[in-house]
Amino acid sequence: MAKETGIISWKKLNLGIAITEPGNASQLKTGDWRSMKPITDREKCTKCGQCYIYCPDMVYSKDAEGYFVQNYYYCKGCGICAKECPVDAITMVQEVD
Amino acid sequence: MSKRIGVEVSIAAAEAVGLCDVDVIAAYPITPQTHIVEHLSEMVAEGHLDAEFIPVESEHSAMSCCIGSSAAGARTFTSTSSQGYALMSEICFIASSMRLPIVMAVANRALSAPISIWNDHADLMYSRDSGWIQTIGENGQEVVDLLIHAFKVAEDHRVMLPVTVNLDGFTLSHVIEPIMLPDKAEVAAYLPRYKAPLRLDPKNPVSFGPVGMPDVYTEARKAQDEALKAAKPVIIEAWKEFGDKFGRYYKPVETYKAEDAETIIITMGSISETAATAIDHLREQGKKVGLVRIRLWRPFPGTELVEAIKGAKNIAVLDRVCSFNGGEISGPVCLEVKSLLFDRGMNPKVMNFIAGLGGRDVTVQNFEEMVEKASNGAAPTPYEIINVRE
Amino acid sequence: MVEIRFHGRGGQGAVTSAELTALAAIEEGKYAQAFPSFGPERRGAPVMAFVRISENPIRTREKVYEPDIVVVLDPTLLKLVNVEAGLKQGGTVIVNTHKPVDELRKETGLKAKLATVDASTIAVETMRVPITNTTMLGALLKATGLLPLQSLRAPIDHRFGPIADKNMTACTRAFEETKVEG
Repeated sequence: MAKETGIISWKKLNLGIAITEPGNASQLKTGDWRSMKPITDREKCTKCGQCYIYCPDMVYSKDAEGYFVQNYYYCKGCGICAKECPVDAITMVQEVD
Repeated sequence: MSKRIGVEVSIAAAEAVGLCDVDVIAAYPITPQTHIVEHLSEMVAEGHLDAEFIPVESEHSAMSCCIGSSAAGARTFTSTSSQGYALMSEICFIASSMRLPIVMAVANRALSAPISIWNDHADLMYSRDSGWIQTIGENGQEVVDLLIHAFKVAEDHRVMLPVTVNLDGFTLSHVIEPIMLPDKAEVAAYLPRYKAPLRLDPKNPVSFGPVGMPDVYTEARKAQDEALKAAKPVIIEAWKEFGDKFGRYYKPVETYKAEDAETIIITMGSISETAATAIDHLREQGKKVGLVRIRLWRPFPGTELVEAIKGAKNIAVLDRVCSFNGGEISGPVCLEVKSLLFDRGMNPKVMNFIAGLGGRDVTVQNFEEMVEKASNGAAPTPYEIINVRE
Repeated sequence: MVEIRFHGRGGQGAVTSAELTALAAIEEGKYAQAFPSFGPERRGAPVMAFVRISENPIRTREKVYEPDIVVVLDPTLLKLVNVEAGLKQGGTVIVNTHKPVDELRKETGLKAKLATVDASTIAVETMRVPITNTTMLGALLKATGLLPLQSLRAPIDHRFGPIADKNMTACTRAFEETKVEG
């Protein structure tokens, strides 16, 4: 990461500050930005996948049982999934320290 | 073999770009640059030049297109002038920061208002800090040679910066004169195919032009600043190689009868020829006067300029632009000369003339008067606009 | 160095005259410059074009203020423009006119040495258009001996392609028919 964010000497920067490691955005921990966290109630969940469709950060993926689970490394806590869930299965809860 | 032909300088410039086997030209026409891109589009349309000519809807798009093409590894050329250069300027800064070796011919023209299609250096001065290497031609031959040199320098992996070749609009761009045009094989021997050190390639993905947070921006700027500094020896080396191949040698700063001169006038561009004739006349009268011409504007050739003017007691600097600074300091070229002298503890009398705005002719007699005035140390500071009706 | 000023109207080819003269001089191994009076093209308006020819490299970019030779492509300009402005002592004015020199001088008050040719008639008879740019070059070369007539051949061929021969014929006829004073 340090290489791409520039915490290095000017002499070591790529020509024109180009990024030469493709897809390195996946290393960026946007989960740090979150103050509210989405929690899914599996009793209510119908596995419809609306949370997966609407999530702007591709946080959701399908597990073996067909439920959509969050990857909190990336989830910014925007709450779109909770808003869009047709059965109100997702609740935004305060992060605790 | 090179051949000597009579040709309009704009057409010769286009031919020179063709000789460089350019891959992509993206341009929008504007007076007085028009003949350059018209001729290139003709060459492409008639199959004389195997290149993409992309007619765009503005200069902003022209430079954007050039950035894409250069980033993909193509040898890329454009040309503009004045208002078009101003519209393009947002993207010009990006081209240099992204280290893309685009070459551009600028037919120097005044900025509006009032609308003026005629020559001065307003566009040249206003783009000064865009991070491009900038050279200025004195005559048609030099424009041709500087264009070929521009690709050589820009694409050198030690440089990787865009280059403008400036030529005075109309007073140079629209003049027919004799020019030695090299042949394609000679140019190819001097200028090998461009190999981009880093390029947009689906097999090897890279991102150009990312966000630079405060923790990297200073380093990015430092790296670019160092690149322009490091370009100077490469520029000089490429001129040496050009001279060895084509027999015409160039330097960052040109001197004319300046060696023993007590008074020196500093000029840029085609007007320098007129100045040289004035120097001849004054020398015939036994006056110790000389001419120094700046050919390389960025990177600024400080060492070479000091060397050229160090013996003079009086220095007159000609600016071709009104820089609207409030009148307590000099015009742009003069400021740079003064800064240079101050840092080196040198203290000749430096005077600043502003002339040749928006196509106003600067005659041999005008030059004689300026140089005479400077010899007497009589020119007012910080500057004087000459040839203005009261 | 010889300096020439062409007077014409926008569209009559004064700029082309200047260009061809410079190209012919360069063909002959000389140094030359040709340039228009820079600006927007306005059909019919009085325009000027300039040429410098020299045995040595030309080191000036100022306009031509004191020509050695003036060429007037359109006789109606004589009433509008002072074609002798700045003309050097001993300079020549070459005019497209069907009038004899005496009559022309009387009418216009021109003081310089004059050369005349009925270029409009020659142009119409040989090319069927009253464009006198190449025709007047024949007159220029006859009156001044500046360059051999054949030096125009390559520039005219290059410029006019299929109608080059007609232009060369008009030029040659003008060369033969031009009357030069004393």
